[in-house]
Amino acid sequence: MTITLNYYLLVSGLLFAIGFAGVLLRRNIITIFMCLELMLNAANLSLVAFSRFNVGPDGLPNFNAQVLVFFIITVAAAEVAVGLAIIVALFRARQTTHVEDIASLKF
Amino acid sequence: MNPLLFGLFAFLMLAFGVSVVVNRNPVASALSLVVSFLCLAALYVGLDAYLIASVQVVVYAGAVMVLFLFIIMLLDLKAEERRKFNKLAVGGGALVSLAFAAQVIGVLGKFPKGNQPFPTLKLPPDETLNDIQKVGESMFSQHTLPLQIVGVLILVATIGVIVISKRELK
Repeated sequence: MTITLNYYLLVSGLLFAIGFAGVLLRRNIITIFMCLELMLNAANLSLVAFSRFNVGPDGLPNFNAQVLVFFIITVAAAEVAVGLAIIVALFRARQTTHVEDIASLKF
Repeated sequence: MNPLLFGLFAFLMLAFGVSVVVNRNPVASALSLVVSFLCLAALYVGLDAYLIASVQVVVYAGAVMVLFLFIIMLLDLKAEERRKFNKLAVGGGALVSLAFAAQVIGVLGKFPKGNQPFPTLKLPPDETLNDIQKVGESMFSQHTLPLQIVGVLILVATIGVIVISKRELK
């Protein structure tokens, strides 16, 4: 049995589904944030798998996908920094991280 | 990649991913997320993406998760108490993500190209894959503008974090 591209895509899709379920089911804002990271990483895994699958005429993987993964990791790190700062500000104002207690913007 | 190693790391990654979602204690969730990211880095090594694997370990499993744990402990979050949860939301969320997983499986079943094995890399004799050099060349020649924009983005994020956390609450 050899591991083919479809196995990687399946694992990536399942990881995305787990993160998606976490975002929808959990009510703790920090856990929701961690599940968002899980979804970003699932997308990265499928990008790297396609990069390795798409070997060019020079016999090397397609490195454009790896550059894109690098940018995604950078943007995700910036996003985590800003998001956690907002969570800390929110906690100082409201003393809660439960999303159902924070409903000022709810219609 | 060796099928046994692939199965081991993929299983561990998914199992700890589930553990992130089901744990009530945020510290346990964060530590599960670290293990999940480390297994993902192992999968990257199996795909010959050594640079991405090391960046994954240093940036995600290192910096980002330390930040998460720092905030969890700063806010002194305890395990979530059991609240009566909205049955509609839980059922809807589970249904949507199961439907998504079923869609992925259905689409992959109709993708015969994905069942071919990975092509082998053609490297010059007695040379190993120098992916750091190749990614760097690509980044600094073809993708210079996105690189500059990402640099500005990080600067903006740094300043934004300082502004958000220094502002006095009214």
